[in-house]
Amino acid sequence: MGSYILKRLAAAIPVLIGVSVLVFFIMAMIPGDPALAILGSYATPENVAKLNADLGLDKPLVQRYFIWLGNMLTGDFGRSYSQNKPVIDEVLGRFGNTLILAGVAFVLCSILGILAGVVSAARQYGLADKVITFTVLIGISIPSFFLGMILIILFALKLRMFPVSGMYLIYGGGGPVDLLNHLVLPASALAVVATGVIARLSRSAMLEVLRQDYIRTARAKGVGERRVIMGHALKAAMVSIIPVLGIQAGFVVSGAVYIEMVFDWPGIGQMLVNAISQRDVLLVQGGVVVVAACYVLFNIVVDVAQAMLDPRIKT
Amino acid sequence: MTLFNWTRRAVIAAGAAIALAPMAATAQTPEGVLIVGQVAEPKSLDPAAVTAVNDFRILVNLYEGLTRYKPGTLEVAPGLAESWEVSEDGTEYTFKLREGVTFHDGTPFNAEAVKFNFDRMLKEDHPFHNTGPFPLAFFFSSVEETTAVDDTTVKFKLSAPYAPFLSNLAYPTGLMVSPAAVEAGGAEFGRAPVGTGPFKFVEWRANEAVVIDKYEDYWGEPAGAQAVVFRPIEDANTRVAEMIAGGIDMMVEVPPTALSQFQGDEFNVVEQAGPHVWFLILNAKEGPMADKKVRQAVNYAINKEAIVNDVLEGTAEVAAGPTPPAFAWAYNDALSPYPYDPEKAKALLAEAGAEGASLTFYVTEGGSGMLDPVAMGTAIQADLAAVGLDVKIETYEWNTFLGNVNPGLEGKADMAEMAWMTNDPDTLPYLALRTDAWPENGGFNSGYYSNPKVDELLESARTAIDQEERAALYKEMQEIVQDDAPWAFIANWKQNAVTNNRVENFSLEPSFLLQLEKVVKK
Repeated sequence: MGSYILKRLAAAIPVLIGVSVLVFFIMAMIPGDPALAILGSYATPENVAKLNADLGLDKPLVQRYFIWLGNMLTGDFGRSYSQNKPVIDEVLGRFGNTLILAGVAFVLCSILGILAGVVSAARQYGLADKVITFTVLIGISIPSFFLGMILIILFALKLRMFPVSGMYLIYGGGGPVDLLNHLVLPASALAVVATGVIARLSRSAMLEVLRQDYIRTARAKGVGERRVIMGHALKAAMVSIIPVLGIQAGFVVSGAVYIEMVFDWPGIGQMLVNAISQRDVLLVQGGVVVVAACYVLFNIVVDVAQAMLDPRIKT
Repeated sequence: MTLFNWTRRAVIAAGAAIALAPMAATAQTPEGVLIVGQVAEPKSLDPAAVTAVNDFRILVNLYEGLTRYKPGTLEVAPGLAESWEVSEDGTEYTFKLREGVTFHDGTPFNAEAVKFNFDRMLKEDHPFHNTGPFPLAFFFSSVEETTAVDDTTVKFKLSAPYAPFLSNLAYPTGLMVSPAAVEAGGAEFGRAPVGTGPFKFVEWRANEAVVIDKYEDYWGEPAGAQAVVFRPIEDANTRVAEMIAGGIDMMVEVPPTALSQFQGDEFNVVEQAGPHVWFLILNAKEGPMADKKVRQAVNYAINKEAIVNDVLEGTAEVAAGPTPPAFAWAYNDALSPYPYDPEKAKALLAEAGAEGASLTFYVTEGGSGMLDPVAMGTAIQADLAAVGLDVKIETYEWNTFLGNVNPGLEGKADMAEMAWMTNDPDTLPYLALRTDAWPENGGFNSGYYSNPKVDELLESARTAIDQEERAALYKEMQEIVQDDAPWAFIANWKQNAVTNNRVENFSLEPSFLLQLEKVVKK
């Protein structure tokens, strides 16, 4: 197993280099430049050229790439123009906030999705199955940002149960209760689509397993239905469900971009959107690289988990 | 127990947990603490380093300049300088500074501090010039030398007479920062600002809030609120929702379509016309717009009333010329806007032989002061189609748009949207209508308008010391420019804000600055 993990980690390096090349050159191709964003309406071409030179943006592209990569390897991601502070501070701070939101949403959608899938499969064609299938279809069909707005109108403006935006109360705020209070709406909005997807795939994975001979054997031997489903079938189905969870984790993090905008959650999605419109090249690059690294790491974790569950996967 | 029963229990428990969730969301904001919904996170709180009105809204409560705008006007009044004298030739300004003023860090405000501020911004060899860039330093580019004569007297030597100087000193770029704090903070000064204003900086929680407290040792009348919290909420709909839910006491830049939600006793909507003008730059160098008749036709063809009333829902007024009415003393109120007259437009186009001309129109998706640029652009396109002009819209994101428009429209477009907010009647025409301000000379005259008489009037106005004389020159300039129609003059924006009914003494300033020292929060 140790060598398998090492192999997977080594394979991640070219992926990350590829990401860095892509994000760097795509940012370089986007029209508009940071000097304009800094100088605003008062930007004369002359001042733009001067500021770009000050920022080192007049050097050849390939040279700039290697300077950036080299600095990054020493932990220096540069300084954000729009935030006027080190990129790495901004990115890590924001990423932490996104992980809180996406993490809670992910736990929520994993538990609810698997649970719904299992119930659906256990009661195939029964009332519970029909209700769940219908609900899941609606959940998958509603765009998360739209659902977010509906939740704000219903639970924040009409019922006044939860706050509209932000992570904490701005005065005397803080603390886990306050955070939880602010998390309920965005995490729910974010979790809905993924819950639907996980529920559907869990249902089919479970149905497949339930058709297997050893399940019939277990039932014939008089094993209780609950143990058959939770003990035998679910454990086997998890091998197919875990990769889905891995993919959904990615979707939850990327879906957070919309949700962060709607709920004014100070996460990395909101940061990237603003940084792109500000042409804050270093901030976008740093943000994307950190997110990509996290994805890669997550995939490794999923692969390893799968390998541990299923001895047929070569390690 | 079956699996289904377990699930049902879980669902019921989860429902109960949600229903019983803490109700703190509806808690009222504390007394004496004003919470302001901002449109974005500030970039920096160093007044010399920023250009956005969003940042200025915080800055003017922390800092003061040598002069300030008299409340409710754009007229210059004493600030940190009690009085000043201008030399006969208009090139030397001597200021008498207010005594006994200290920065929030306890260091004295004096002539040396003033010199430090201007040298930092203007002199490349100053040890703290690297705390920039200072994008608006050109407001003071005529300053040749700043001298601290004695502790309370400071003298500016200008390279040439420059009438807007006093009003530029009141602009946020001229606000006075503590030299000791710059020396201590270096490039980080903008995150730990120190000024002399009625509020002092407490903390900046990234992406969450900037908190400022009443400064107890303020030299003037103490602030009405104990503290102000500026919260960045980027999405306008979320800002509106937060305002309705009671999470903020005040919000600025209310979207026109949301204004109706704030009718009733619970809220107050505040409006104030400001020095803003929204216009179309017309390419006077080449193509159909090179003919003055075509440019006038465009001005007649656009239904500006419909744009301000229907597209902007009454949050703007029809513009008559290049100078907004907010500059009351310099505004030529004898001018009336081009009326909506499609027939006249068609006749002018026929005279110019430009019927059915094809035009390229640059539209931006959004940007500072641009209001609702896509909707306005399509309304204009439809109006021009009605008089037989075939207008092709090209839409760009704001930075790309500026990158296309500022270097000039030649070879690219016939017209482009633009909006400016300025602090002096000199700024916009001087930077955008003079022959010497063509893009190749580093100006913003992207439509290549040129009229020697206008050039002459603008040069004389900027060197005239007497305000009445300046006013007469600007008024004459407006008449000529209106007739020449280098732009299509569309709208003057009325800025707005909403407060809840616990906020008192609040008004918006024509300068677009958010002065909060008198505001009381119950």
